[in-house]
Amino acid sequence: MELTPSQTVGPFFHICWSSHSAVLADEGSAGERITLHCQVSDGDGAPVSDALIEIWQADAAGGYNRPGFRNFGRACTDQNGSCMFETIKPGRVATESGMLQAPHVNVNLFARGLLKQLATRIYFAGDAANGDDPVLALVPEDRRGSLLAHSRRDDPKVWDFEIRLANECETVFFDV
Amino acid sequence: MSYRRPSPTCHPPYACEAYCSTALRAPLRPLIVLPHTLSELTGPVFGNDAIGEMDHDLTRQHGGEPQGQRIIVTGRVMDEDGRSVPHSLVEIWQTNAAGRYRHALDDHAAPLDPNFSGAGRTLTDAGGNYRFVTIQPGAYPWRNHHNAWRPAHIHFSLFGPAFATRLITQMYFPGDPLIPFDPILQSIPDEKGRQRLIAKFDMAATQPEWALAYHFDIVLRGREATPLEDR
Repeated sequence: MELTPSQTVGPFFHICWSSHSAVLADEGSAGERITLHCQVSDGDGAPVSDALIEIWQADAAGGYNRPGFRNFGRACTDQNGSCMFETIKPGRVATESGMLQAPHVNVNLFARGLLKQLATRIYFAGDAANGDDPVLALVPEDRRGSLLAHSRRDDPKVWDFEIRLANECETVFFDV
Repeated sequence: MSYRRPSPTCHPPYACEAYCSTALRAPLRPLIVLPHTLSELTGPVFGNDAIGEMDHDLTRQHGGEPQGQRIIVTGRVMDEDGRSVPHSLVEIWQTNAAGRYRHALDDHAAPLDPNFSGAGRTLTDAGGNYRFVTIQPGAYPWRNHHNAWRPAHIHFSLFGPAFATRLITQMYFPGDPLIPFDPILQSIPDEKGRQRLIAKFDMAATQPEWALAYHFDIVLRGREATPLEDR
């Protein structure tokens, strides 16, 4: 069977997705509460106000699809190109060979002008595990910084992550 | 285990000159190939609680009947090996019969329909089959170039079993005269790939005295065969 090709999400997807949530953690979820603030800009540095961001992340113990935490979140960017997720800092996910990855959030970005999604990962600046992460190791050193979210000085539980499109300093995107 | 990599001509490229919005959004630098880990091999699981009773029938979500031609859209979601993708979320959205989305930013001078929202969702059954009842969507102008019109289409969102199988696409209608002029559909490099996004008229699935029918199968990525796998 031949794969079905991708097409753009277009600018009007909002009519479909009122029932999904940008809140992943509830009162019973284990782990360190964080707010993940994403900001999307285009090749001119202008905010992308019609993007859909989906995240998929492990629970605090590095697992997926276990009770107590919703691993999937979905949010639309606003006029400023930003959106927020209420979640927890993910745990370390093992690779098949038994190595541990650094805490990361998997991201799919959809928008008008993107004929297929862009995939990236959010890592946490300052995490000691980043140095051993097998995926970060695939990224040229001078571009790794684009995959780091930074904790706000005045509100450390809020982490800012910038997604820059179509630019020499663009975010690293992955062929998943 | 991992998912097979699509051939370079399956999906559209990011940069597509004829589709103007790609210019400031398509990546300039090559993507980095990501080996599949548990993060890519798992994905969200949606249950029946995610689905409302009328979510699959876009003609019955309001007090009255929407304007337009009723259509039934059925199909099977499967992987490249023909395996069914069961109990998987399928979401759709579309214009009304007049070619207008119920969206604050759609300023096309065509009427809204108080009885049509244009959004649906369902789960595939154990055999990967889905079924929607809706209205034939309309074409609409979109300013990409002089006198640009999108052919009638229905947006489809699919998850499949993993982060790596996520797919958003569009279904088109056979015989639509706008298809050769549409930069979004024509962005797919391979003619056979473009044809796969055009639904088939399905006489057998029509409902006499009620609705026409189209069939649209969707193929998601299959697993990489491993020497140990017994198939």
